[in-house]
Amino acid sequence: MTNYLVQANGIKKYFGKVHAVDGVDLNIKAGEIYGLVGSDGAGKTTTMRLLVGALLPDQGDVTICGYDLRKQTELARSTIGYLSQRFSMYEDLTVLENIRFFAEIRGLSSTEWLPRSMEILEFVGLDKFKDRRAGQLSGGMKQKLGLASALVTRPRLLLLDEPTTGVDPVTRQDFWQLVIKLVSTPHVDSPPVFGEHGRMSEEQGGVSVIISTPYMDEASRCHRVGFMREGKIIAEDTPSNLRARFNNRVLELRGSPINKLRHVAHQDEDVEDVAAFGDKLHVRVRAGKTDLIMKRLPEEIKSAGGTVTDLRVIPPALEDVFIALSESNHD
Amino acid sequence: MIEPVIVVENLTRRFGDFVAVDHINFEVQAGEVVGYLGPNGSGKTTTIRMLLGLLKPSDGKATVLGYDVFKQSEEIRARVGYMSQKFAIYDDLTTLENLTFYGGVYGINDKARIQRTLELVGLKGHENTLTKDMSTGWRQRLSLGIALVHEPKLLFLDEPTSGVDPTARRAFWDLIYELAEGGVTILVTTHYMDEAEYCERVGVMRDGKLLALDTPTNLKKSIIIGDVWEVYTHPLERGVEILSAMPGVERVGLSGDHLRVISSQVKQDAMQSLLSRAGLRVEKIEKGEPTLEDVFLTLAR
Repeated sequence: MTNYLVQANGIKKYFGKVHAVDGVDLNIKAGEIYGLVGSDGAGKTTTMRLLVGALLPDQGDVTICGYDLRKQTELARSTIGYLSQRFSMYEDLTVLENIRFFAEIRGLSSTEWLPRSMEILEFVGLDKFKDRRAGQLSGGMKQKLGLASALVTRPRLLLLDEPTTGVDPVTRQDFWQLVIKLVSTPHVDSPPVFGEHGRMSEEQGGVSVIISTPYMDEASRCHRVGFMREGKIIAEDTPSNLRARFNNRVLELRGSPINKLRHVAHQDEDVEDVAAFGDKLHVRVRAGKTDLIMKRLPEEIKSAGGTVTDLRVIPPALEDVFIALSESNHD
Repeated sequence: MIEPVIVVENLTRRFGDFVAVDHINFEVQAGEVVGYLGPNGSGKTTTIRMLLGLLKPSDGKATVLGYDVFKQSEEIRARVGYMSQKFAIYDDLTTLENLTFYGGVYGINDKARIQRTLELVGLKGHENTLTKDMSTGWRQRLSLGIALVHEPKLLFLDEPTSGVDPTARRAFWDLIYELAEGGVTILVTTHYMDEAEYCERVGVMRDGKLLALDTPTNLKKSIIIGDVWEVYTHPLERGVEILSAMPGVERVGLSGDHLRVISSQVKQDAMQSLLSRAGLRVEKIEKGEPTLEDVFLTLAR
């Protein structure tokens, strides 16, 4: 028996000749934060739209909370909250009126939405601003209102499409604290039927979150990350396991002149990639060649007339993994 | 001695009683790539607007490319490029048409120069592509081209790679470094630490004050005093409560499936035993690397 909250099996979506989503499988547990990352056009947004039921897959199927998205569309959708990149709100309405609007179009009666709204406003920290017009909120508060609106139906699955674009780090930190709180709190009223064998117990966790993001600092906060490329998920794991794939293969190089260092490193046949980061370089080396490069590179730089002030192995960042996966020749 | 490209002395701007920018001082040299960070409302944009000569300072002085921002704002604007995330590209025009149009705004009608710009931003061969058919990464290159067509000596970039993936960001920054190598000075405002890491020096603003301006490496060393620990414990929420109350702990943040703890005194064993005694499951505690985000959050609170 499955205990996944979201299951996608071999979903495909073609737009003419473009294979936007080309056989994606997803198994997401309750209480899990899953990050979908990838380049522009890798299929992230199409995948999100297939999961929310805005598009139907050409092949494969999606099950959410045990409901088949194709056959039980309305029931499946009733378990989803969605916060899109540019969520719409009515600037002339107050915070509470906005939430009421979203609650009513989702079919909640006033006896249901009012207590719930207050509870959710408190959760996101907007309870003191419930009578303020949405147009008068700061960027971070608007984003929290968007989240509150997506949460008013008490979804089991929250889909966040690049939610923190244009928001400063302090606000983003706050937003993430809310998301993490949400997934670590048991969900109060799970849907009556979950899978074939009855209810899911509260211990099984809170809301699940699927988030798409181009930012690696954001991806690193997810429990698991799926890298998409050409409509497929080419790697899927926890951020630390993904990073571990490149352990001992990323070097930090400092010295001068930095451009000379960069060119010399580029020319070494065992160097896969060189990236400039302001005052330093990140050098990714071929597997098993680290010791060799640590010896050889300073010599190469010296004979080219440059100086090395520091060369050391550093823990790989998720960005290093992303670049390596984007460049790799699979198939 | 070459004069700095930007010299700011006690620059101040008040709006009524509100001090948006409060006596800031800094210099930027030719060919430098400098990042400018700060929460919304910290005074970043007000500073940039003063440097562009769009807003008169209330106090202090500033020169940009040797021109006084008070008196010679038109001289400045003719010599700086500005690329904004919200920049209008005409969707129904091609790459070349957009570039020609904006070149015309600056009085540039030289076809060779427009071709040079296209080549510089890597859009040669895509002259006739309609911009609405281009990816975000390519549109950003075109925006950069538009900001560069009059060959400015100083370039302001406002969240230049917002919303693009690391590969496209890398390609964009390779271009920026090339420009800097050619002597163009670059000033970048951003909310994204991924982006700030690319800058040679980074300034952090809060409440109108410039709190720090240094290389990312030095900022991490000087602002983050102590160690960064990655604590994998369950339940996380309780972990935050317990560790935040622990004497000697400076900051605790939630980070997906673990906590990030900054402390100069508390060590691994002490955290482990405190959490265990409170009945929490501790999977592992690892030493982490300080990030620019840690720096930012430490300064911004």
